[in-house]
Amino acid sequence: MLIIKDLWVEVSGKEILKGINLRIKEGETYILFGANGSGKTTLLNTIMGFSGYKITKGEIIYKGKVLNDLPINERVVLGIGISFQRPPVVRGVKIREVLEIASCNRADPEELADRLAMPDFLDRDVNLGFSGGEMKRSELLQLTAQLPDLVLLDEPESGVDLENMALVGKAINLLLEKHLHRKREKSGLVITHTGYILNYIEADKGCVLFGGKIGCFGNPREILEDIRNRGYEECVVCKR
Amino acid sequence: MKNLENILNEKDRLRIGSVGIDISEKDRSGTFIQIDHSIVHQVSHYEGLEVMATSLACEKYPFLSEYLWRAVNFDLDEYTKAVQSFPHTNGYFIRALPGVKSTYPLQACLFIGKDGLVQNVHNIIIAEEGSELNIITGCTTASYVKKGLHIGISEFFIKKGAKISFTMIHSWAEDVSARPRTCAIVEEDGAFVSNYICLKPVRSLQMYPTTRLIGNSSLARYNSILYSHSGSNLDVGSRIILSAPNTKGEAITRAISSGGKIISRGHLIGETPNVKAHLECRGLILKDGVIHAIPELEGKASDVELSHEAAVGKINKEEIEYLMARGLPRDEAISTIVRGFMDTKIMGLSPSLTYEMDKVIRSL
Repeated sequence: MLIIKDLWVEVSGKEILKGINLRIKEGETYILFGANGSGKTTLLNTIMGFSGYKITKGEIIYKGKVLNDLPINERVVLGIGISFQRPPVVRGVKIREVLEIASCNRADPEELADRLAMPDFLDRDVNLGFSGGEMKRSELLQLTAQLPDLVLLDEPESGVDLENMALVGKAINLLLEKHLHRKREKSGLVITHTGYILNYIEADKGCVLFGGKIGCFGNPREILEDIRNRGYEECVVCKR
Repeated sequence: MKNLENILNEKDRLRIGSVGIDISEKDRSGTFIQIDHSIVHQVSHYEGLEVMATSLACEKYPFLSEYLWRAVNFDLDEYTKAVQSFPHTNGYFIRALPGVKSTYPLQACLFIGKDGLVQNVHNIIIAEEGSELNIITGCTTASYVKKGLHIGISEFFIKKGAKISFTMIHSWAEDVSARPRTCAIVEEDGAFVSNYICLKPVRSLQMYPTTRLIGNSSLARYNSILYSHSGSNLDVGSRIILSAPNTKGEAITRAISSGGKIISRGHLIGETPNVKAHLECRGLILKDGVIHAIPELEGKASDVELSHEAAVGKINKEEIEYLMARGLPRDEAISTIVRGFMDTKIMGLSPSLTYEMDKVIRSL
C-alpha cells in the first residue's frame, strides 16, 4: 500500500530524514518509535504533503502512485488521513463543518459524535480551548468521518488521561479495522514516543527512527522493551 | 407587499432579500421600505409597535420635535447639515410602547433606485420603558445603479429597562458612498446592541456610531463584520461613552481586506467610576489590502476598566493545510477559514437572524 524508497527530506535547509525505506502492506499497522526530534513527525508530514518538508531525494509511492508533488487534498482523496500531534485552532469553523467536509457529507455528524462520546463538541470552534485529550479525540472523530485507508497518527496518546485512553484506543482500533481479521484493508503508521499506546491498540510491526534513518524492524513490544532497557542508540546498532 | 412587485423587478427584489429583508414578511413584526425618497411600504403587524415614515410621525406626534437632533448634533458635519436643510428628508420612525416585546424582528429597507441619487434619511427609533425592539435594516441599490450617496441620520432612544437589538446590512455598489451618522442614548438598565455587516463593494463608507450610556447599569455592544474589496474604502468606528456608574460596553470588529482599505476605529470613554468596556479588532489581509486599527481608550475617572486588543495579519498557513488534510482544495480551505473568521455567533442573534446573517456571509 505504502512504499517509501530512499527518502531524504529537508526542513528549513536542514536535513532531517536521510534515506528512509519503509513498506506498509494493506491491513498492516506499523508503530514508529523514536526519540524527541528524531524526525518522526517530519516523516508523517512529508507523507501527507505539508509545506516546509522538502523532498531532496527518493519517492513516496501510495497505491502505485508517486505522491511527491501531489497537493495535500489529493492525497486525502487517494485515502490518506492524519491525526495531528498539535492541531491548529481554526476560529469560527465548527467541528460539525469539518466532519461534513471530511466525510464529503456522507456521515451524520451527530451520530459520529455520539459514537465517540463527543456530542457537545459539534458546535465548538475547531481546537479552540480544547484540552490535550479533547484535541486527540477530536482528531480521531474527524478521521472517523474521513475513513482513510492509510491512517497516520502522530502521538495519539499524548495529553490523554487514563479515563479517555480506552476511548482513544477503541476509536483507533475501529479506524484500523482491528475487528476484521481476514479482510482487513486499513493500514496504519502510528508515532509513539512513550509506547504507551501499545497497551490499547494491536500493532503488527515496529521500527525505530534514529539519526534520520529507520532501523530495528520487528515486533513492536519487543522493540519497546529493548528501547526501555538499552535506549534508542542500541536499536540502530543492532541492525535487526 | 404586492405593490413592491410592480415597483421592483425580480433582480432588485433579490437584492432586497440579500440584505435580510423578507418580502413575504413571514416572521417579521413589521416592515418599512423606502425607495429613493418615497415610502412604498410601512406597516406594523404587532400591537404596540409603530412603524412609519419620520415625516408622518412628526405630523402625528408633535412631541417628536424633542427627539429630532437630540442624539445627533445637526451641525456635526456637512452631511448632517445637508439632511437638516433638505426638505424631502424621510426615513423611518420605529417605536415600541412601554413593556412591548415582539417575538419577531421589524425590518426596514432603504433602497436607492436612481443612478446618481443622494438619498437622505432621518431615522428615529424609540424603545419606551421596559420594551424590546429587534430591528433588521438593509440598505442597498438597484442593480443598475452605479453612483450614489446615502446619508443616514439615526437616533436611538432606549428608555429605562428597554433593549434595542439593531442589525444593519449594507450592500452598496462600487461607486456608491455612504455616510451614516448614528447616536444612541441609553437610560438606566437599558441595552443597545448594534450589529453591522458590510461585505459588498462600496466606494467610500465613513461612520462612527456613538452610544451614550447615561443611565445606571446600562449597556452597549457593537459587533461589526467588514470586508473591503479592491477599490473600497471603509472607515468604520464604534464609540461608547460610559457616563453613569456600572455601565458596560463592548465593541468587536472583524475586518477583512481583499485589496481595499479599512480603518477600524474604536473609542471608549469612561467618564465615571465603576465602568467597564472592552474593544477588540481582528483583521485579516487576504491580498494587497490595508487594515489600520485605531483603538482609543479614554479614562476620566478612577476605577474605570477599559481595555483593547487588536491583531492584524494573514491566514495562518497551518490552518489552510489542516483543512486541506480533511479533503478541501486550497481555495475552499481559505474561504472556509474566512467565513469562520466572520463568525456571526459573536453577534448573539436569535437563531433565525443568525441564519439570515450566515446567508449574507455565504453570499460573499
